[in-house]
Amino acid sequence: MTRYSAWSLLRAGLSGQRTWTPAWRDAKPKKSYEAVIIGGGGHGLATAYYLASKHGLRDIAVLERGWIGGGNTGRNTTVIRSNYFFPESTRFYDFSLSLYEDLSRELNYNIMFSRRGMWSFAHDRHGVEMLRRSANAMRLNGADAEYHEADEVFRRIPGLNPSPRFPILAGLLQPRGGTARHDAVAWGYARAADSLGVDIIQNCEVTGFDIRDGRIRGLETSLGDIAVERVGLAVAGHSSVMAARAGFRLPIVSYALQAFVSEPMKPVLDTVVLAPSTGTYLSQSDKGEIVVGSALDLFPSYAQRGSLPVLEHTAAGLIDLFPHFSRVRLLRQWAGIVDVVQDSTPILGESPVKGLYLNCGWGTGGFKAIPGGGFCFAHNIATGEAHPLAAAFSLDRFRTGALIDEAAASGIAH
Amino acid sequence: MSGYRLDHGGDIDRTRPLTFHWEGKSYSGFSGDTLASALLASGVRMVGRSFKYHRPRGLIGAGLDEPNAIVQLEQGAQTIPNLKAPYVELYEGLSADPVNAWPSLGFDLLAVNGLLKRFIPAAFYYKTFMWPDWLLFEPAIRKAAGLGTSPALPDPDVYAQTSAHTDVLVVGGGIAGLSAALYAAQAGKTVMLVTGGAHWGGRLAGTSDTIEGKPARVWIEDTLRTLAAMPNVTLKARTLATGHYDHGMVSLCERLTDHLPLEQRSGPRQRLWRVRADDLILASGAIERPLVFRGNDRPGVMLAGAARAYLHRYGVIAGRQVVVATNNDSAWQAAFDLAEAGARLVAIVDARNDPSAALLDRARSLGIPVHTGMAPAAARGGRSLRGVRIGRVSREGRIEGATQTLRCDTLLVSGGWNPAVHLHSHGAGRLTLDTNLQSFTPIAAAGHRSVGGAAGDFAPAAPIPALWSISETGEPDPEAWVDFQNDVTAGDIALAARENFRSVEHLKRYTTLGMASDQGKTSNVSGIGILGTLLDRPMQAIGTTKFRPPYDPTPFGVFAGHRVGEGLRPRRRLAFHDWHSENGASLDEYGGWMRPAAYPRAGESEEDAVRREVLAVRAGVGLFEASPLGKIEVKGPDAAAFLDRMYVNTISTLNVGRCRYAIMLTENGTVFDDGVVTRLGEDHFLVGTTSGHAGAIAEALREWLQCEWTTMQVLVEDVTTCWAVANIAGPKARDVLAALEPDVDISGAAFPHMSARTGHVCGLPARIARVSFTGELSYEIAVPWRDAGALWTALVEAGAPYGLTPFGVEALMTMRIEKGFLHVGSDTDGATLPQDIGFGGIMRKKTQDFVGRRSSLRSDGLRADRRSLVGLEVTDGNPAPLTTGAHVLPATAAAPQPGEGWVTSSTWSPTLEAPLALALVERGQDRMGDTVRVWDLGTWREARITGLCRYDPEGARLDA
Ligand SMILES: Cc1cc2nc3c(=O)[nH]c(=O)nc-3n(C[C@H](O)[C@H](O)[C@H](O)COP(=O)(O)OP(=O)(O)OC[C@H]3O[C@@H](n4cnc5c(N)ncnc54)[C@H](O)[C@@H]3O)c2cc1C
Repeated sequence: MTRYSAWSLLRAGLSGQRTWTPAWRDAKPKKSYEAVIIGGGGHGLATAYYLASKHGLRDIAVLERGWIGGGNTGRNTTVIRSNYFFPESTRFYDFSLSLYEDLSRELNYNIMFSRRGMWSFAHDRHGVEMLRRSANAMRLNGADAEYHEADEVFRRIPGLNPSPRFPILAGLLQPRGGTARHDAVAWGYARAADSLGVDIIQNCEVTGFDIRDGRIRGLETSLGDIAVERVGLAVAGHSSVMAARAGFRLPIVSYALQAFVSEPMKPVLDTVVLAPSTGTYLSQSDKGEIVVGSALDLFPSYAQRGSLPVLEHTAAGLIDLFPHFSRVRLLRQWAGIVDVVQDSTPILGESPVKGLYLNCGWGTGGFKAIPGGGFCFAHNIATGEAHPLAAAFSLDRFRTGALIDEAAASGIAH
Repeated sequence: MSGYRLDHGGDIDRTRPLTFHWEGKSYSGFSGDTLASALLASGVRMVGRSFKYHRPRGLIGAGLDEPNAIVQLEQGAQTIPNLKAPYVELYEGLSADPVNAWPSLGFDLLAVNGLLKRFIPAAFYYKTFMWPDWLLFEPAIRKAAGLGTSPALPDPDVYAQTSAHTDVLVVGGGIAGLSAALYAAQAGKTVMLVTGGAHWGGRLAGTSDTIEGKPARVWIEDTLRTLAAMPNVTLKARTLATGHYDHGMVSLCERLTDHLPLEQRSGPRQRLWRVRADDLILASGAIERPLVFRGNDRPGVMLAGAARAYLHRYGVIAGRQVVVATNNDSAWQAAFDLAEAGARLVAIVDARNDPSAALLDRARSLGIPVHTGMAPAAARGGRSLRGVRIGRVSREGRIEGATQTLRCDTLLVSGGWNPAVHLHSHGAGRLTLDTNLQSFTPIAAAGHRSVGGAAGDFAPAAPIPALWSISETGEPDPEAWVDFQNDVTAGDIALAARENFRSVEHLKRYTTLGMASDQGKTSNVSGIGILGTLLDRPMQAIGTTKFRPPYDPTPFGVFAGHRVGEGLRPRRRLAFHDWHSENGASLDEYGGWMRPAAYPRAGESEEDAVRREVLAVRAGVGLFEASPLGKIEVKGPDAAAFLDRMYVNTISTLNVGRCRYAIMLTENGTVFDDGVVTRLGEDHFLVGTTSGHAGAIAEALREWLQCEWTTMQVLVEDVTTCWAVANIAGPKARDVLAALEPDVDISGAAFPHMSARTGHVCGLPARIARVSFTGELSYEIAVPWRDAGALWTALVEAGAPYGLTPFGVEALMTMRIEKGFLHVGSDTDGATLPQDIGFGGIMRKKTQDFVGRRSSLRSDGLRADRRSLVGLEVTDGNPAPLTTGAHVLPATAAAPQPGEGWVTSSTWSPTLEAPLALALVERGQDRMGDTVRVWDLGTWREARITGLCRYDPEGARLDA
């Protein structure tokens, strides 16, 4: 692996950028592997990387039916935060956030983690109480949180509408929150995993499972069969489809979640803002685009397409917060299929099939969880034991009822 | 100076000159011009700077494909960033500036990036800026990025929205669109024909081509006239189809006032159309590809088709010394037209060895030298083109042998044409490669089809040479631009391929090819061609990136439409709204309703008012508007059985005329809602819900009936806003009610607590329920909404002798906290089970199944250390109430640590003269009397766990 640095760029510049080598090899699948990860999104790639780097497994493949990062990882609005309510969530997401903080250097790939803070607002009396409850929970559970009255919110976010339809009465700021470059996260993990010997195999769809005596023995793929006894499933919106092929059901409903970007403009917003009133949230990318998202499309779907009603709703939410963006123009809208679980908490751990592990249920908010999810998932696959940070996220919670209902606790989770 | 205006021709009105301002300088143009045509006619060459290297750029297009001429229109509240100059219609006084150049277009400091170009190729930022931290570099990068500047003031304009249905929607007003519309209209269909720009006729507008034996201009005028006269046809210019969504929905953005001088504008600026058509015909034309060669981005290099459009539509000649370079026939026509209009044609350079004899003859007759088998090796010049070096070109695009330089100020290029398949593709239509065109064409899809240029109908009989990238080294040239706006070169594509970013989507994301504000209209296909050549893979196998709406950037405002300000969600007003406002209520929004928080008198704070109102209710009688409380009629032979399944409580045992407090769970067993259920008749119930939840509960009831218990005979109707409700509460409530002369017996024995009667009060039909959320004797009187005024006036009058005091939501909340009455959503959240709030016993006793039962009794629900709802009394002597949302920590906690629960409701109790709170606390019900610490953003309080009810625990006052 050529190390990336200003120096290496300078050198390559002198030779017409001809010296670079592939960021990852295009591997062909072998007949068997020690472990296989299905899904070359952020979670799958991070898992492979940590399996190799932390657990010394080298005989690993990541199978991606399209191009790596082409699922939700490459479609998301990249908000990274750990402002959750329940301690199980805060601990996990804060760990993931802390991995993000050092990820560029760890992977030797600039993922542009941009710590510009993340705000969420309260719009009415009850909202203020809930925001306060969250701020307290975050701080007691070890995450950073600042609670600010309206004056301070307006002082810190220039341009915020002083009289929106949904008044802004208070704000919760997580200073360590921010955004990162989504593709770079996928590519950075891919490159680092590849350099440790992981086979990254694109255009390879897993079409079936070889399961005998309740244990996984192999996979059927569009590029042939693979014998393997440890498999991690990290396919986001397609988890329920894959589970059905493996003969079990998951409490997941797949919905389209849309994102919108404006044309690029000079810096005008330097933080991340979420208004629970309309579910609208936004940030400005380093390229200058306003990146906006809001609610799920309200019907289950596997079509990765945007729709007009949600666009209209989101535009209205955006303008309520920043009326001057009304004349700014939408450049592009798109959608990803997210894997929504009833309690908005991921499923990480064993499946009913021995040797087949699950990493799904991230819903609208799993980008921030990529380093943490990959780390804990790798631990689980390598050791057979759930990582303590992720133990509460087991599928078993739907049997015991130990749900961690972040949706109910914090409104919208992205 | 190069471009100039002819004294004839074009669709402009030379009798109406217009003055406009560009970069602070005044210029003039004519009515009918665009900003681009007027600049070109004025000899302005350099119109922009590129995104990354800040290279000087000129116009290359005449439409929405333009990547370079990106402008900031107007100033102040009117300003709009990033408009494409060829699409900005000129009006008197227009003022525009270039973007992304500082301090000026001519002298741009960041042009230094261009000098560093070799060190900062595509994606360089992934390889550096990691040490010590990205945050150190990011601010400078952000400042350099972005094009125009955002408005800083609210949008002064309004936007309209509308929907339409039509038999046929034709998108695109070129020849194909006009023909298709005419054909459909003559067949008797209703037709809507839209075109994005201001003019009709597309590429052929103003040309001397013949259509059906007529000159194009005449044919277009005739057809338009015919269409306009047909009642079943709607014609809309300045109406761009922006997106094509599921089930055939097409969005159109109609520009209503953008072409008018600022002071003449009135009404909505733009209108969003949501159109459903049985038949969607896409006649969106084709987009020309530039040639990719060294220096092809110099100002003065322009698409041949654009030059033709500038000539025919605006009477503008793009340059004084013109070279045309092409690989196909279309550019020859541009050369001929320009030559005939008097331009000096230096040469036509065609990569083909054997252009048709007809073309060659025509060139000869016009005296235009022709170089066949040749292509441009490099454009020369800095801010303006000075010449082009040409040479013999191989099939692979390599320049071989000696080259010669042609002096010119304008180089018109054509690398072929791409059908505009965007809307076809938005609608999930598939594409195939047309090898003659060397581009993608649509495969017909259900519900929509493409015609004319959009369908690739102009495909030549023989394949044009691909010529994706021309270079002298045989390798993609790092100085040959593919995506002009985003500064992606052929060399960048090679870099991406080298580094294994070989999926077309990776190529795009890694290099930013096609991610600019034109979404790659002029660059994507060339990029695919170059990648295909590098990987030796057919273009079909590489495929395109996903096409996404909108076709061209569209203001957020038009999508928001009327949903701004109050229109975003109109606040709901109470039945007695005017009375509340006139009587000093401080109104606040609760669950979408504007409700009195309190009625502070002069000099009173809200706390003072709440205190006074509470004491007035406790000692006398108060009046509260309870209209928002959800009211759902549930009726039918199976109503009782149905409600038994929906509620934790048993409803079927309720006697007619009696009420029961009940809670409802979600399928997960968590508390969903609470309310009072009243049995109005054997098979008739009135279900009460919390104020914010009426709609959701009605939907939940219907969902169960429609999806699960389809044979149950039950009707559900949400009547919340049919009934206005006044609540009188306090020991003197019965006296006030009596004064209203109800026609039912209201004596304590005949009308006990938790019962309901139907009758009349002060002559109005009314439903009266004796239920209480205050802990006092209390009646809720519901009358039809239209009678609200009469009831309220009568009440105020009848109550006067008893000191009837209006009270608001905050006083009500205080009283219910004193009573320990639960408020769903405050004292419960999505994790609260019925056993956590004292409903364990009721659940155990009920033998029948109900929604949520199984879930709430899973092992986690039976844990002994669950949080349960308790009261808290403050023990630190501080009279301030605890903060709602503060967390409860063990008495031993000395430092912040994960808590054991939180304060769910809190108030100062005027009745007990003490702060009171409710809290969800781990094992709370087993820890009565324990002390705990309460933490709120760093401040500590001390409290003791108590029972929930702190006022009249025996309920004597309710039964009074
Ligand atoms: C519009 C949008 C906005 C979002 N915003 C945010 C945000 O701001 N913050 C945040 O934290 N999260 C956000 N999310 C959520 C986040 O993107 C996802 O939770 C996260 O990317 C999931 O990563 P993943 O690796 O699990 O899934 P993905 O990235 O979707 O990867 C799964 C991969 O599995 C592959 N696959 C599927 N089936 C098969 C098969 N049979 N064989 C082989 N491969 C297969 C897919 O092709 C895909 O590449 C957003 C999501 C969307 C759609």
